[in-house]
Amino acid sequence: MKTKINVNGTLKTFEVKPDEYLLDTLRNSGCVSVRRGCDTTSCGVCTILLDGKPIASCSYLSCRADGHNVTTVEGIPKEVALIADFFGHEGADQCGYCNPSMALTIYAMKKELKNPSDDEIRAYLVGNLCRCSGYVAQHRAIRAYLEVE
Amino acid sequence: MKIDSYLKAKSVEEAYKVLKENKDAAVIAGGAWLKLMPKTIGTAIDLKGLGLDEITETDNEIVIGCMATLRQVEKYEALQEQYDGIISKSASSIMGVTVRNIATIGGTVAGKYGFSDLLPTLMVVDAELEFYKRGRVKLSEFMNEKGFADDILTHIYIKKVKSRGWFETMKNTAIDFPIINSAVIKSPEGYCIVIGARPYKAAYAIKSMEFINACKNPGTDEIAQAADIAADEMKFGKNQRGSAEYRKELCRTFVKRGLTEVIS
Amino acid sequence: MMKYVNKIRPSVDGKGLMMGKPGYTDDLADVNSLVVRVLRSPHPYAKILKIDKEKAEKLDGVECVLTHEDFKRIPMTRAGQGYPEPSPYDKFILDDHVRHIGDEVAAVAAADKETADKALSLLEVDYEVLEPVLDFEKAYENKIIIHPEPEIHEKFPIGFEPKKNVAAAYMMNVGDVSKTLLECDVVIEESFYTQAQAHVMMEPHTANARIDYQRRLVIYSSTQTPFHVRRILSQALEYPLSKIRVIKPRIGGGFGGKQCLHGEFLVAAVTLRTGKPSKIVYTRKEVFESTFSRHPMRFDIKLGAMKDGTLKGIDVNVISDTGAYGEHALTVFMVAGSKVFPLYNKVDSVRFGGKVVYTNHTPAGAFRGYGAIQGNYAMESAVDILCEKLGVDPIEFRNKNMIKEGETSPIFAIMGEGTAGTAMNMESCKLEYCVQRGTELIGWKDKYPKKVTADGKIRSVGMAIAMQGSGIPYIDMGSAMIKLNDDGFFNLMVGATEIGQGSDTILGQIAAESLGVDPDKVIIYSSDSDLTPFDTGAYASSTTYVSGNAVKRTADKMRDMIIEEGAKALGTPVSETDFDGNSIESNGKKITLSELSNRLYYSEDQKQLVAVESYVGTKSPPPFMAGFVELEVDPGTGKIELIDYVAVVDCGTTINPALARVQVEGGLVQGIGMAMYEDVVYSSGGGLITNNMMNYRIPTRKEITNMHVEFADSYEPSGPYGAKSVGEIGIDTPPAAIANALYNAVGVRIQELPITPEKVLMGILKQKDKE
Repeated sequence: MKTKINVNGTLKTFEVKPDEYLLDTLRNSGCVSVRRGCDTTSCGVCTILLDGKPIASCSYLSCRADGHNVTTVEGIPKEVALIADFFGHEGADQCGYCNPSMALTIYAMKKELKNPSDDEIRAYLVGNLCRCSGYVAQHRAIRAYLEVE
Repeated sequence: MKIDSYLKAKSVEEAYKVLKENKDAAVIAGGAWLKLMPKTIGTAIDLKGLGLDEITETDNEIVIGCMATLRQVEKYEALQEQYDGIISKSASSIMGVTVRNIATIGGTVAGKYGFSDLLPTLMVVDAELEFYKRGRVKLSEFMNEKGFADDILTHIYIKKVKSRGWFETMKNTAIDFPIINSAVIKSPEGYCIVIGARPYKAAYAIKSMEFINACKNPGTDEIAQAADIAADEMKFGKNQRGSAEYRKELCRTFVKRGLTEVIS
Repeated sequence: MMKYVNKIRPSVDGKGLMMGKPGYTDDLADVNSLVVRVLRSPHPYAKILKIDKEKAEKLDGVECVLTHEDFKRIPMTRAGQGYPEPSPYDKFILDDHVRHIGDEVAAVAAADKETADKALSLLEVDYEVLEPVLDFEKAYENKIIIHPEPEIHEKFPIGFEPKKNVAAAYMMNVGDVSKTLLECDVVIEESFYTQAQAHVMMEPHTANARIDYQRRLVIYSSTQTPFHVRRILSQALEYPLSKIRVIKPRIGGGFGGKQCLHGEFLVAAVTLRTGKPSKIVYTRKEVFESTFSRHPMRFDIKLGAMKDGTLKGIDVNVISDTGAYGEHALTVFMVAGSKVFPLYNKVDSVRFGGKVVYTNHTPAGAFRGYGAIQGNYAMESAVDILCEKLGVDPIEFRNKNMIKEGETSPIFAIMGEGTAGTAMNMESCKLEYCVQRGTELIGWKDKYPKKVTADGKIRSVGMAIAMQGSGIPYIDMGSAMIKLNDDGFFNLMVGATEIGQGSDTILGQIAAESLGVDPDKVIIYSSDSDLTPFDTGAYASSTTYVSGNAVKRTADKMRDMIIEEGAKALGTPVSETDFDGNSIESNGKKITLSELSNRLYYSEDQKQLVAVESYVGTKSPPPFMAGFVELEVDPGTGKIELIDYVAVVDCGTTINPALARVQVEGGLVQGIGMAMYEDVVYSSGGGLITNNMMNYRIPTRKEITNMHVEFADSYEPSGPYGAKSVGEIGIDTPPAAIANALYNAVGVRIQELPITPEKVLMGILKQKDKE
């Protein structure tokens, strides 16, 4: 069946199976920043923005995304480059595998929360796991990013 | 989990009709954990786009559409206020935003999951459900029945009652399933205590409630006694996350803290 | 004052990767790759009587179905270690026996995943189900033998006795520990259990293969050891080494879990047979069940001391569970001793030994810490127990007995990693400072042993010291090549394996420092068996020290070559010519590097300047660390909240302070995971309950809110610009520090990891009953 999704500003028509998930549809169409970590919604590595909200793309049926907007890091390069600068300064990027999904969630958080406290930042990002960095370097980078107008 | 065909229902009536007429049809709610289920769905019926994702309120009630996401429930202002915010708090303790932006309250309720953090707070406030065909029924009644395979849950109603509330959940890591959870309220009607994730589904601590509701001015001793009664009356089980004895002790601690909080 | 070393610089690759540039193994798979899926054993131990692949082969879209009957029976080890490996050759690519749930039975290659999965379901396998060994304390000399095959063997003596279910065994002693203990005022005897731990790197294992236009087999693999992959593939498939190329792209985390080979065998076999590109992507379930996890161990430890607080004797016996195959059996076992007991170098005698047994569990393998974290938990917990019995302050005790700069321990000479060790003096050891500084930072004096808060919770502090290593002396070799391009920039080719720890970045900084040029002018490319020189790989904390030294030597050589060619161009004597990173100068005559490089390519004396050097360590200078935790216990639930974790680390010079810091922070959180949250749990039938990330929980960012990492001012003369390695040291202290703090808080001593709220609460209640 066909599903029409606006991906990073471009309307795309995908031919999908009824039980196909957004993660595979996007990744198979060449969007390699969208990747699989766990198969059980437990890790956050597959996060993309659906109408600006972070969702686990491994668990969202592609046919349901019909008529919606999807944002991946390829769609907001300036913003991601900025987040990357802060991560790089802290050495928080490490293996990088979780970074695109992390950047999208951080970007969504900046839009959704006003002046979040440390606890609120952690609560928003709690479902986005990182095994390399130990989180605190990411937190330092995120705090610095949130300071930018 | 396989899906043979997908149907975006044009109305609840259509959804109901397809559900009744096809043995292998199922309503997909948020669908967050669909793929973890081993079965095959013939027709997946989607209630998206029918306005069932709205949360509204009247003077007496908050009306939550079945397709409202856990994140919507968490952020809704009245739910952050009513009962000291325990409904919002319990929703916000579930996993992370990437799942809460997909998972729905309808899916949570329909599943009657033992591991749910949201169900205990809905039960403790005596929430009501509305089904397409059946009409309104208390959540507590629904929880005691076996499934609802051929009707469609459309709304959840929360009474607006000036009450104190307390909710706690005990987890290994922050996004884990609960080892046990508990919700306690003090309303004009009295105290209500629910224990969930035992690992069995949420249930009322009836004897404990009887006891504490009979006390005139419960103090530390009465609270401790009520907690002991709850720990003794509830059935606990063992699973990978904890033993029955541990859950029993946690229940004791939680009921004590919950009653202390709502009485203060 | 260094210009580029000991400087924070963003990594060379972080931004590009965060912005979504392809770089990981699966990103680079050939688009026409066949998808390889594996049928895995549902039984912990079984013999495969028959596999009927007819239906599967007939399925439209299936190109290849492989069973053990399709392979020559060649025993091998999957361990990515130096050759000859200190590992039993106890594995076949596909075997007629399966030894753990998740072990490979057969493989299918098809046009897509759905077809491959369908084909798996069409395979008909007859098993003779055998009784498994699921308790590692009952494995030794069990009547059930897990490896009865006649072909398996060890390459050199490692204590391999498969008929007794022993994969490896080891024993060492210094002095006569039984005699020493008899002479001690106080002796304690305790047992400790450490659990298996899963790496949970965010990128599941994956590999792909293709035949290139030179008709060579090209493998892309998410591996920590590309050169070992090439050699082992060649041996196992009897395929010429010269016809194999292994490329390691960007890796989404390894931590030791990708030090062994995984999917490379099957994609190589499929591609060689079909001529078509193929790929394998492990599901998370396969990562848990069918790759590797940390060796669970049991320690029986005796410590003896005198009343005045002098530690006199250490006697330790260990059983380690290597699971179905023995890849890292011996080496992890040895590190549990060799990277722990030298900390207490003033003892009269030490005895350390035991066995590594086979069981029908998921195989154990390398995992950051590599035995040291297990040994540290046992030793540092035992030390606190001893201190209490002695009535001595735990910090005073450590200050009195621990190793200091200039000292040595006889253990260094005796114990290597799989072989004998290398004697060495601690030319850099700031452990004293680390302990003193950490004591300050955590506020030990005010907080030890405990305080009760206003709402009835209990706060306390606990600590542990640790050491690790910097590569394996006389075994780990790294090398580097630097070539000068026109316009005066360099390519730095290293075998060293970037797995996310930042090695590409820091090696570039080392080269830049020596050459005197901005690191932007040093373009690094790593880990391609054709294009980069050799390196053993990212393990044993070898990258900064071993690979870093190789890079420095190479850069120094290139510097010399530039000066020589520059002198020629200027017509000046080499002895009077110098290079400042920008220009080559002599007595007022000058030529820029850019000009010189263009000249060397196009105008005069044309030649390609290339420098290549290697480095093998003659010692393994340990990084040291003191870890301090402040925690809060809720006596009503047993829940432990970590208030603060202080880590003071001596790793010599930090090449990149930000990256070094995050190595420690990341290691700490993994150590905290092992201490409190993570557990590999089997059902009674031998299957993993924790075979997905819903059941296996790693710490989230809510579990750790405060960490303070500082580096001691230290300089290791044998390291590049004074650096030692830092990759593993961060993980070692949390289990003991947290166990010690918990005891200080509520008097409950947990001797079996993980330390869960249930164990804490039940311990507290048990004490109350006793009172």
